[in-house]
Amino acid sequence: MACKVCANQPVYVNQNGVSLCKNHFIKFFEKKVYKTITQYKLIEKDDHIVVALSGGKDSASLLFLLAKLQYQLHFSLSALLIDEGIKGYREVTVKDAKKLCKQLKIPLKIISFKKETGKTVDVLSQVMNPCAGCGVLRRYFLNKGARLLRGSKVATGHNLDDEAQAFMMNVLKGNLELSAKLGPKSGLMEQEGFVARIKPFYFMLEKEVLIYAHVRGLPVTFIECPNTKASFRNEVGRLLNEVEQKYPGSKHGIVQSFLSVLPVLKKHFAGQKQSLRSCTKCGEPSVKDVCRACQILKR
Amino acid sequence: MRSLHVLIERSGKKVKVVWRNDISMKDVIIAAGCNPVEIVPVVNGEIVTDAYKIKEKDKIELLSVVSGG
Repeated sequence: MACKVCANQPVYVNQNGVSLCKNHFIKFFEKKVYKTITQYKLIEKDDHIVVALSGGKDSASLLFLLAKLQYQLHFSLSALLIDEGIKGYREVTVKDAKKLCKQLKIPLKIISFKKETGKTVDVLSQVMNPCAGCGVLRRYFLNKGARLLRGSKVATGHNLDDEAQAFMMNVLKGNLELSAKLGPKSGLMEQEGFVARIKPFYFMLEKEVLIYAHVRGLPVTFIECPNTKASFRNEVGRLLNEVEQKYPGSKHGIVQSFLSVLPVLKKHFAGQKQSLRSCTKCGEPSVKDVCRACQILKR
Repeated sequence: MRSLHVLIERSGKKVKVVWRNDISMKDVIIAAGCNPVEIVPVVNGEIVTDAYKIKEKDKIELLSVVSGG
């Protein structure tokens, strides 16, 4: 089995059995991401894109690829890293993130949970599910940090696996309203105080992103968050991968099915949108008097 | 009977895989207790596909696709 284009040693085989070598895989990957960006108008001229950088393979690959595209598509770029204080994990990825930003000459801002709140996820995990608290606080500081950086959009490294998992989690929890906020562009509609989020890797499998990071030689330590194993998302992800192993293409099928009903979901839930106000504790946008981040931090 | 050690990067563990005849990377991944969908195999520093035929003295690492964060 050789690359279908040039007969070199393959690094990748897709669900239809098509093999690609390193160079043709890079071309395939970058072309598909470019198509997603232009087809869904994720980035427009003069946008200032803030990349949510963790230092892991997904966000590092995203920053690398957007740095390549910024002169072609005429936008500017900066990186924002949220340090939740996960011992044995985040310090490794912070080091990688700094190295990558230096290589690419992209400005990097780091916001630390500990400095901002006095608490880390490791501390919060003693009283609650770490992933639940971490997710809320990361989104909170990403939005706040992106506004500080005057970002017009936040680009995240979410991939097709993430989206299939999120949709299936919402189905299993019976909460389709949350799915109405998914898609290549996040959020039901533009809301004051919220920076729009975009997912240029929306149609890329997580495995394809890892291969891209490796063949591009990015400074990434392939390391797993120690809290991941305990999460509902991880269990759903494992189940979907078992199905994918038996029935290749299933994850693409889930996301395509979701996208075909997304306009209906958006329309249905747009009328039920709760009005936004400012959190009485921190002033950030919230649907309740006190936002979820402040509820978690009990301030 | 031949054997090799496979480094599973995710856990940092080394697994000994023993085989008699030709063996593919997919066989190694399954023998190591992993789902091929969740693994990118690396041989001597280069990514290979599941169909790669293992050779003696290959240095194999299995990169986990799942990372979180």
